[in-house]
Amino acid sequence: MAIPLTYNLRNLVVRKTTTLMTALGIGLTVAVLLAILALVGGLRSSLQASGNPLNVLVMRKGTNAELSSGVTRANFQDVKFKPGIAVSSSGQPLASLEMVSVINLASVDAPDGTNVTLRGITPTGIGLRDNLKLASGRWFDPGKREVVVGESIEKRFPAARVGQRLHFGRGDWDVVGIMSVGRGTTNSEIFGDLNQVSSDFQREDALSSVLVRATDLVAAQALINDIKNDPKLNLDALSEEAYYQAQTGSGIVIESLGIFVSIIMGVGSSFAAMNTMYAAVARRAQEIGTLRVLGFSRGSILLSFVVESVLLAALGGLVGCLLVLPLNGLTTGIGNFITFSEIDFNFRVTPQIMAMGVAFAMILGSVGGLFPAASASRKEILAALRGI
Amino acid sequence: MFRFLPFVIKNSWRNRRRTALTILSISVSLALLGVMMAVYYAFYLSDAPPSQALRLVVRNRISLTVPMPRYYREKIRPIPGVREVGISQWFGGVYKDARDPKNFFARFAVEPEKILAIRSEMQVPEDQKKAFLHERTACMIGRPLAEKQNFHLGDHIFIQGDIFPVNLEFIVRAIYDAPEDNENLYFNVEYLDQALGAGKWGEIGTFYVLADSPESVPRIAKAIDDTFHNSPAQTKTESERAFALSFVAFLGNVKMILISICAAVTFTILLVSANTIAMSVRERVQEVGVLKTLGFTRGTILSLILGEAVAISAVGGLLGVLLASGLCWVVRNGPAFMDDIKHLSIQPPVALMCLVVAAGIGLVAAFIPAWNSSRIPIVEALRSDE
Repeated sequence: MAIPLTYNLRNLVVRKTTTLMTALGIGLTVAVLLAILALVGGLRSSLQASGNPLNVLVMRKGTNAELSSGVTRANFQDVKFKPGIAVSSSGQPLASLEMVSVINLASVDAPDGTNVTLRGITPTGIGLRDNLKLASGRWFDPGKREVVVGESIEKRFPAARVGQRLHFGRGDWDVVGIMSVGRGTTNSEIFGDLNQVSSDFQREDALSSVLVRATDLVAAQALINDIKNDPKLNLDALSEEAYYQAQTGSGIVIESLGIFVSIIMGVGSSFAAMNTMYAAVARRAQEIGTLRVLGFSRGSILLSFVVESVLLAALGGLVGCLLVLPLNGLTTGIGNFITFSEIDFNFRVTPQIMAMGVAFAMILGSVGGLFPAASASRKEILAALRGI
Repeated sequence: MFRFLPFVIKNSWRNRRRTALTILSISVSLALLGVMMAVYYAFYLSDAPPSQALRLVVRNRISLTVPMPRYYREKIRPIPGVREVGISQWFGGVYKDARDPKNFFARFAVEPEKILAIRSEMQVPEDQKKAFLHERTACMIGRPLAEKQNFHLGDHIFIQGDIFPVNLEFIVRAIYDAPEDNENLYFNVEYLDQALGAGKWGEIGTFYVLADSPESVPRIAKAIDDTFHNSPAQTKTESERAFALSFVAFLGNVKMILISICAAVTFTILLVSANTIAMSVRERVQEVGVLKTLGFTRGTILSLILGEAVAISAVGGLLGVLLASGLCWVVRNGPAFMDDIKHLSIQPPVALMCLVVAAGIGLVAAFIPAWNSSRIPIVEALRSDE
């Protein structure tokens, strides 16, 4: 027969100082783990939100990034009239020639500057980004030195706000609007008129990529094969979704750091939990004897103390969740080695990662509680009753 | 006061299991703190190695990916304090298969005689040096890279271009030894120019500048940037160390992450030791009464308990520093991808800091329980049934 749970709960309440201190220690460990998971989770969700499976990205063969790719205007004409590309209401193929470069701007975290993606684009290209809308201001005018910045850029780069001017290419550019795309990576890009940007960088015929919208998934795959196998083109194509999927590796450095740190902190906290539970066992020797006399088996005692330790740790896990909740939605940025620029995103403290945090805490608790519980269950009835 | 030292030690060893667990817990957490502080120290506090301290990197102000005219070299050369200028171009490219990160290593197009002068800490045998200087398709690689990829002198390395639309084949003619930055491939920029076609490319990604003394580095940086202030391409010049750190900053707000982790770890240790001390003090209220009856003053009792706490956490700290050295070894031999991390070790200032933190935590953690127990009236203490 199992000892009722209320026995454990009451015991935790009676020793509230010790309980709180141990729980807080475990809570901090969980908080470190959750903060890193929320960071990496935010990054991944931003990349996952970025690709549309119907969009096909065309780059030069041998490259895996728009930044190191190169396409010419002649390439664009060839790609544009391939079969399987959707057409706009005015009958134009939905194909967008784009130029990508990187500019260095001072961010709130890096006053010495960090890299940001600059994209020369046309209205067709803007139309190919799902859910992209203007948050404030207006779009750039073709032929003018004007740019629109993503909403994360606006938050993290003081120099890139509406009304400010950025200096790159051959002169100053006015920031005229802010765009927003839900969670996608366009939030961390700067858009300008394709012709103006490419002429400023003296790259009128050395552009970066072509993005096309296929009519359906089957057509998308056919289009990819068609472009890949066209001997005239020397181009490679992949779905936009796959392109962003490949970038999720960016968070791996921070993620492994986080896991390394939380495991070591976890070892430390489970020792602390062990200490607390040993003290609990020592103080309750007589109670344990009484429980045995009442007929509870050694197994029940063992289980009861492990459960108490797990409860204690779960409380710590909840404390950890509370500690990281304020991070939720905070915008941060980390470097993406494929685009060689910063990708900005929000911390995401999701129910899943909170559940992971509590589970991690409960593992710590069960490890920490096992030995003390075993020593409690081994106590001889008489010795225990005498309080030795 | 050392009169009571044996008493303090005896007391702390009374509940062996608790003391051992506390020491273990503190030492594991402190080891982590030590490693984090070592990383912080390596990135932000340690001096640049002597070879690096003389070098500057010039790039286009817009960003590293935007090139600048090659003729800038001729304008940088006469700036006072400049001993040598060399061009360096990131070639990028793909070796074998880009999907396997093991195939990634840095490839730079350089002027062979300049790179050997500017990176004078590189050790290359004379005959290999000669071959690298004279053969256009020759390349020079770092020894650790050669060992990792199993490259030998005379081997051919085929690199498919990505940034540049050309594929290049190099012959390994020299292998260099250097304390840092030793996993690069250097090749002659003339080979790249030739492959791209004559007169096609008059630009370059970066210039490396060698200064005559570490003191003139900031002045040269300013002089170079001032020279090109009104040019079509403005420059940004920084010390090689600052240039390397900009890649660390690229990983994310590393400083902030390190500081937050350190704070969380320190606070956890504080909780653990406070809890332990509180538990052991609670058990000994009667004893405190006895000590008081024997004539021990409040101050002595306070310092006895504080001393015990500091002793326990200092032992934890010492063990922690040892463990941290072990962890640094793991990091060095593990997935170290940056030069600063490849040499990660616990420097004396970091070790000292760890011990100070440990002892400080012991003091702070024990203060409230020690204070309270030293103030319990004798009668109440003696009557305590714990």
